[in-house]
Amino acid sequence: MDLQQQSKNIHLLWRVGFGPAVQDIQRSAQISTRELYSTMLKAAVKSPEYIKVSTNALDGLWKGIINEGKMQELSKEQKQQLRKDSREALKNLNLRWLDEMVNSEGQLREKMSFFWHGHFANRGINIFFQQNLLDILRRNALGNFGTLLTEVSKSAAMLAFLNNQQNKKQSPNENFAREVMELFTLGRGNYTERDIKEAARAFTGWGFDLHGEFVFRKQFHDTGSKTIFGKTGNFDGDDVIAMLLENRQTAKYITTKIYTFFVNDIPDNSKVELLSKNFYESGYDIKKLMSDIFQSEWFYSKENTGVKIKSPIELLVGIRRILPIDFEQEEVQLLYQRLLGQILFYPPNVAGWPGGRNWIDSSSLMYRLRLPSLLQSNDDFTAKPKDDDDVMMGQESVGASKLKRINAKIDWASYNAAFSNVSRGELAVSIAASLLQGGTADLEMIGKYTDSKDRESYIRSTTIYLMSTPDYQLM
Amino acid sequence: MLIKRRDFIQIGSLATGTIFVPQFLKAFESPKMVPPGNKVVVVIQLSGGNDGLNTVIPYRNDSYYRLRPRLAIKKEEALAVSDEVGLHPSLTHLRTLHEQGQLGILNGVGYPNPDRSHFRSMDIWQTGSQSNETLNSGWIGRYLDAQCKGCDKPTQALEVDDVLSLALKGEIEKGLAFKNPRNLYGSSNEKYFRELAQRQSHDGHSQADYLYKTMADTISSADYIFQQSKLHPSKQQYPSSQLGQSLKTIAGLIFSEINTKVYYVSLGSFDTHVNQDAQQKRLFTELNDALKSFTTDLSDNHRMDDVLIFTFSEFGRRVSQNASGGTDHGTANNMFLISGGLKQKGLINDLPGLDDLQDGDLKHSVDFKTVYATILNKWLGADDERILGRKYDYLNFI
Repeated sequence: MDLQQQSKNIHLLWRVGFGPAVQDIQRSAQISTRELYSTMLKAAVKSPEYIKVSTNALDGLWKGIINEGKMQELSKEQKQQLRKDSREALKNLNLRWLDEMVNSEGQLREKMSFFWHGHFANRGINIFFQQNLLDILRRNALGNFGTLLTEVSKSAAMLAFLNNQQNKKQSPNENFAREVMELFTLGRGNYTERDIKEAARAFTGWGFDLHGEFVFRKQFHDTGSKTIFGKTGNFDGDDVIAMLLENRQTAKYITTKIYTFFVNDIPDNSKVELLSKNFYESGYDIKKLMSDIFQSEWFYSKENTGVKIKSPIELLVGIRRILPIDFEQEEVQLLYQRLLGQILFYPPNVAGWPGGRNWIDSSSLMYRLRLPSLLQSNDDFTAKPKDDDDVMMGQESVGASKLKRINAKIDWASYNAAFSNVSRGELAVSIAASLLQGGTADLEMIGKYTDSKDRESYIRSTTIYLMSTPDYQLM
Repeated sequence: MLIKRRDFIQIGSLATGTIFVPQFLKAFESPKMVPPGNKVVVVIQLSGGNDGLNTVIPYRNDSYYRLRPRLAIKKEEALAVSDEVGLHPSLTHLRTLHEQGQLGILNGVGYPNPDRSHFRSMDIWQTGSQSNETLNSGWIGRYLDAQCKGCDKPTQALEVDDVLSLALKGEIEKGLAFKNPRNLYGSSNEKYFRELAQRQSHDGHSQADYLYKTMADTISSADYIFQQSKLHPSKQQYPSSQLGQSLKTIAGLIFSEINTKVYYVSLGSFDTHVNQDAQQKRLFTELNDALKSFTTDLSDNHRMDDVLIFTFSEFGRRVSQNASGGTDHGTANNMFLISGGLKQKGLINDLPGLDDLQDGDLKHSVDFKTVYATILNKWLGADDERILGRKYDYLNFI
């Protein structure tokens, strides 16, 4: 095996996607990085299938409401049931998307969508709106940023979450306009309060109907003249989006955020400058920006390797990719997300997950370090995550108390097979090379703990111990 | 300028008694109680939005009974603390504390442009942010940043829970969360982890070093907390509830020599959209009984004057009851302040007017950040302006 080539490819696999899958262990040592990337890119640009988790019953109930137009007339019980079913479906959406991240060939699309999921942070329990928003992110993940921004801004999920349904000529609500500038495009400090006030007026009338379709409600729109970024005119929402895209700061803000997510927490200004210039000049071609990054020399340099702290989702999906796991109760993954502080579809606030060292505190680090052995030994989950009142509406949390055992079956056979051509003496080095970047593990020390009864036990215990290190938290 | 300020902080913390003796010296000391004067704060978070109006009850207010025909606490059931105001019937011990001059009630606490989402409003309370800004660090965490530069154990703020709250996460330093000291010790005491943690390099800047350092700190803090918890374990009877056991753990640590200044614990869920009566009664009984054991314990051990307990919730609830025997999300709320060292006792300020509502919600008269500023400055001797990012007026309850 060519360890150097393999380590370069595994670095790419972690950043383009969620780490090497079990079948990548051998492949990554045999393929050139250029070829690996072009294969991954090809798989990622295929258009994804819509992830639908809402049940027929839920669809029926919802359709009934839409057709009759009478949400108000629902009984209290029906409303409660609708919310309950919707929350239940949201859990399934979470689990189905996790499975996509684990199994999809389109790793870059899912990773990119995961990035946009944090960038366009949204919380809401309407399952239809959430399904649609996720679909927008996945369809446009590598497309044109302008299109993505427009579709997200016109989605029912975002219009509802940022209160634009309440943004009317007589009583403007600035929330939407503020977040579009502060979080989606320009970043703090690149606009004035006046710009927000005036842009909010331009967005008046943007709303959605019961089907979750965008509607322009003319009667609420302020047709007066507005002054935004020094220009005066009778602007509407689309004009504001166009102005934001015209502003080079948007390209810079997005590029910086992508760089810190995909490359290094500390942005390299000269590189970001150049990337963002090209991004702007390409008319916001996301795929091209990502290729500029992943096809550069510097992306593979030592200072960019093994320096990102995996988010809880990246950690979990990463483990599942290299160690295929069958969960008896998939919901245990939700418990894990709550304990570690990253629940898909429940970002902590409008700014998404802060990432980096924010993931780490004493207790979260110890859970991370113990997770592999919990999975391996089906040990008890004794910790209880904090309750989320937005999710539970005052009810006792279901699941947390009932779900204790992980009951996971790891497919060790496929994993072992990936090392079949490695001699016993080379095994530890080879396993470490597939799991860690930077090669800082003290294999001699770990060797004192491993079970060397037979080859399988040795592979198994070496893997679990290597995964239970601080180094495995890095990618 | 900066250096001076840091010097000040160090002197400040020495003055309040956090002199740090290395562990190896401690082993030779006989276990003795911490001298008086070592101020401690215990935060009790009432998660879910506690209904303040049925907690501190304006039992002679007609509007209260008009807006809550089904849900209002009857005049004869409220535990009177004044001619106008009574406490929820389950809060019997709080009335006792009131009689003893150890309870302060701050009314109408909130913030401008209130948010009615649990997670957002809780974020605002835990970070101490304005309602239109998002911060990634908590107010107690930033207290640690200011107070704990280079201190060898991040145990100055502890949360009794499995997961650390944002409130205790600073920009650099973070508090520590655990359910009980023995479990924490047990889970970090595995030989493999101990040996692993010894592998630290010295540059300390790389991500790997940061993780190894956090791991080593966790293990050494776990040892430290466990050892301290065995010095003077509480002898008081506590209820078997989660809060009771958590406060018992905290009492044991308060009696030890640990350097902890802030303890944090939560109770919930107070999100009483339906059948509020039963739920609030159950939770208040748990709160009341746990506080009874805790304050008795503190008094018996002469620490009541040095400990300040306060409660808060992310918001209060609607003034009008809803159709399900509950209340929906509201705004301003009350806070209980419990200590033997209060300068203002009983009702510190007026209850918010029930006839002067904003969209059906109470108007706040006290910004919660002034409470934080007061506690940080007057109780913990910390630089509140630096921690909260701006200067707030101090209140006079301590």
